[in-house]
Amino acid sequence: MDKTVPSLADAIAPIGDGAVVMIAGFGGSGAPVELIHALIDKGPKNLTVINNNAGNGHVGIAAMIEQGMVSKIVCSFPRSSDPVAFNTAFTAGTLELEVVPQGTLAERIRAAGAGIPAFYTATSYGTELAEGKPVEEFDGKHYVRERWLRADFALIKADTADTMGNLTYRMAGRNFNPIMAMAADCTIVQATRIVEPGGIPPEQVVTPGIFTDRIVEIAAPVQEETLIREGAVYP
Amino acid sequence: MSADLTSLKLTNDQIAWRAAQDIEDGAYVNLGIGFPERVAQYTVPGRAPVFHTENGILNFGPAPAAGEEDWDLINAGKKAVTLKPGAAFFHHADSFAMVRGGHLDVAILGAFQIAENGDLANWSTGKGAIPAVGGAMDLVQSAKRVAVLTDHVTKNGDPKLVKRCTMPLTGVGCVTRIYSSLAVVDVVDGHFVLREKLKAMSFDDLQALTGAELHVDGTVADLIVEGAGAPV
Repeated sequence: MDKTVPSLADAIAPIGDGAVVMIAGFGGSGAPVELIHALIDKGPKNLTVINNNAGNGHVGIAAMIEQGMVSKIVCSFPRSSDPVAFNTAFTAGTLELEVVPQGTLAERIRAAGAGIPAFYTATSYGTELAEGKPVEEFDGKHYVRERWLRADFALIKADTADTMGNLTYRMAGRNFNPIMAMAADCTIVQATRIVEPGGIPPEQVVTPGIFTDRIVEIAAPVQEETLIREGAVYP
Repeated sequence: MSADLTSLKLTNDQIAWRAAQDIEDGAYVNLGIGFPERVAQYTVPGRAPVFHTENGILNFGPAPAAGEEDWDLINAGKKAVTLKPGAAFFHHADSFAMVRGGHLDVAILGAFQIAENGDLANWSTGKGAIPAVGGAMDLVQSAKRVAVLTDHVTKNGDPKLVKRCTMPLTGVGCVTRIYSSLAVVDVVDGHFVLREKLKAMSFDDLQALTGAELHVDGTVADLIVEGAGAPV
């Protein structure tokens, strides 16, 4: 088994118009910037993007929005230090927004990966984000029913991958990566290094290879935060 | 009154200092983005709370020196942080399992309005602004103690402690204690109970700046801040 692909273009090749794409990362931490930029090079339209945020500056998800590739974004916190791309598209009415409480977003993704179509959470009970959702009382407390959140593709940033798709992550860059890797039909990974099977001690595997599909090595990934601070614009 | 109030009221750092006095040694604590983050600077010497950041770290420490930032090591406010010995990384579903599962001892957040029944509004002004909720709705429903740091009144002088919130709710019946710029107030059985107030302020003056009845249960202590403004 060898899940590696030779290039970024090969890695994102299956993603076409109208796809639902989970993009991991929290702000720039753990964000697969090279995969995102390769997707911009390909240029599919009418995408639904699932991420905690809605892009910053003029790189990554913000650049996807500026290129007119995104018709809907599902996130918990679209405001950020420089959300001009999101704000412009949202205000113009060209970008649909679904705001989801952060823990509910994470659990909807995890539930999809685990094959659980719905679950109950106390989060958002009594607020406008619970409007229209079924509520049930368990042991004297009210809970809101939330649906799983699946995707066609997930874009993942790993630290080390082996050729069978087992993954590790770097520091807090882990964030949404392991759960998004579980929740998509096709999970596409950029890894800082790719090793042979056995190159990652089994105890240290965070995402087992059963969840991953396509892996490309990006040996010296850029940090989105660094690009933003440099004022970088993509493409 | 308003000019008097400006000279009288606590600064944000003093409010943060007061809130820090109630954080026990070994408590698991989540501090909201912005003003609540300052509470960490005033950790009482000899106590070692463990700070949780919802993006996936337990036991992170202060910001690194300029130029030493690692952008995979950030807090929920996307600021660079450091690690203390015994830190742990985890993914987002685990992070919010810690929250929803009731494992956090304290969550400290900012507020637009707090109602006497414990309802909190802190995520949306409801005035057409772009909504952004983050983890606030998860934190307020599930932490064992939910504390709020806030000015006692708005910039226009309107009460922030009210009978019922008029702004979009973050959570219902969730706030347990309010550290304001004038007082410390608990929410008990649908009422505001005044625990501490600035000595220079009369009860009646404080009540006049509060949008719901302040109850008294036993003594009201003086709200005294020591060493504030000098981060430890």
